[in-house]
Amino acid sequence: MLQLADITIDKEIDARGSFCPGPLMELIRGIKVLPVGGVLAVLSGDPGSAKDIPAWIQKAGHEFVGAFPEQGYTRFVARKTH
Amino acid sequence: MPQRIVIVGGGVGGTIVANIAARALHADEAEITVIDATGQHQYMPGWLYLPFNGSEGLELSRSERTLLNRHVRLVVGQVAHIDPANRELRLLPGQGHGGIEGLGGVREATLPYDFLVLGTGARLAPEDLSGLVAGEGRWHDFYSLEGALRLRAALHNFEGGRIVIAIGGIPYRCPPAPLEFTFLLEDWLGKRGLRQKTEIHYLYPINRVFTIESVAEMVTPLLEQRDIKYTVFFNTDEVDTDQQVIKSLEGEEVPYDLLVMVPPHRGAKVIEASGLGDPQGWLPTHRNTLEVKDQQGIFALGDATDLPVSKSGSAAHFEAKVIAQRLIAAVRGEEPDPNHALYDGEVMCFLETGHNAATQLVFNYEHPPKPPRPSLFYHMEKQLFNRAYWHIVPQGLV
Repeated sequence: MLQLADITIDKEIDARGSFCPGPLMELIRGIKVLPVGGVLAVLSGDPGSAKDIPAWIQKAGHEFVGAFPEQGYTRFVARKTH
Repeated sequence: MPQRIVIVGGGVGGTIVANIAARALHADEAEITVIDATGQHQYMPGWLYLPFNGSEGLELSRSERTLLNRHVRLVVGQVAHIDPANRELRLLPGQGHGGIEGLGGVREATLPYDFLVLGTGARLAPEDLSGLVAGEGRWHDFYSLEGALRLRAALHNFEGGRIVIAIGGIPYRCPPAPLEFTFLLEDWLGKRGLRQKTEIHYLYPINRVFTIESVAEMVTPLLEQRDIKYTVFFNTDEVDTDQQVIKSLEGEEVPYDLLVMVPPHRGAKVIEASGLGDPQGWLPTHRNTLEVKDQQGIFALGDATDLPVSKSGSAAHFEAKVIAQRLIAAVRGEEPDPNHALYDGEVMCFLETGHNAATQLVFNYEHPPKPPRPSLFYHMEKQLFNRAYWHIVPQGLV
């Protein structure tokens, strides 16, 4: 299984406690300014992110690297592919 | 020697910080300066109503001087560069005969500071979305006074067709505004007798019609009842004003007759020019203390920050009170009061749903909003706030 320690994260956004605009918006914002090939992590405490974030990444055609649970939040990691 | 507090930006946040600090601190403790590019304080939430002529009786702008405590010095000028290493700001040369307003007629100036507050806001950056600059004049927005007035003219000449509302970039000011605009538009078209001749199509970047799930669940049935078409997962990638088509990153194309865009936003140019921001010019800001990260004595608030809270006057308002408390303590060499000097993500705003109804969103980092059912009560409260704003908010009375 992929371990967090194996991934080089280029940019991390702390979206814990974000209801408006919310973690998915923060992820989209981060992806847009990341160079192609870059890896973005977004921290979210919102249970809805487990569904929302992978769904958008798939729809937008980027790579969902993984979701890594931490104490009280999850670190979602994505790679920008195009 | 009084400590020099310099506040860049006379918006809601900067003005509140200045007024609270000026009331608390004696002139021999602190000298407070606000630098504002125009000297005019804008009430941006009023722009939402302008396209529908719904702003009668609303004041959209006032002189910043009239809103500031008399002990606050106002400098009307543009900050060209911020130099944290030397704790000073450089102003652009003044344009008029009198030099830089508020600085005794000098033409060029460098202002030193002990504490700096950056309320530099957001700017519209149409250059960040393909097709907007080339198609200037052939798309609309309500995110500027000029844009809202031009949109009003276009709507008053509109005789039916497809109106598309779309988001041009993330983040943008006031996340509920496009949804509010859509509801107000539907209401207005009905009154004009144009509703049957118009298709309204609302496009949104994420997998539901609004970022907050509970709000999305409340408003989606309203969109459906009012026959407003919506498409989710639509992140605008290009606007083709020749073909009148808007295209998404996700590969969809939507045609329009009249396009209302939320233009892409960026941080202020001076933030980028001074190398203080992230790639979009937002200031890396501590989520509770509101200090700019890796800097000494610099705070940020409102639209200028990179915080995961809505870019709104409401967030700036609550942040300003925190910064004012921290400044007062810092000037006096005291520890800030932990009960009032930490920002907890507080935001309170209204969401207009058309037909004289609105709901209210109150939340912070810990507690999600629990919006009440849209009603006349919240619509009236919002209308009242739009008028009361000038008398209570900039002064820091609420």
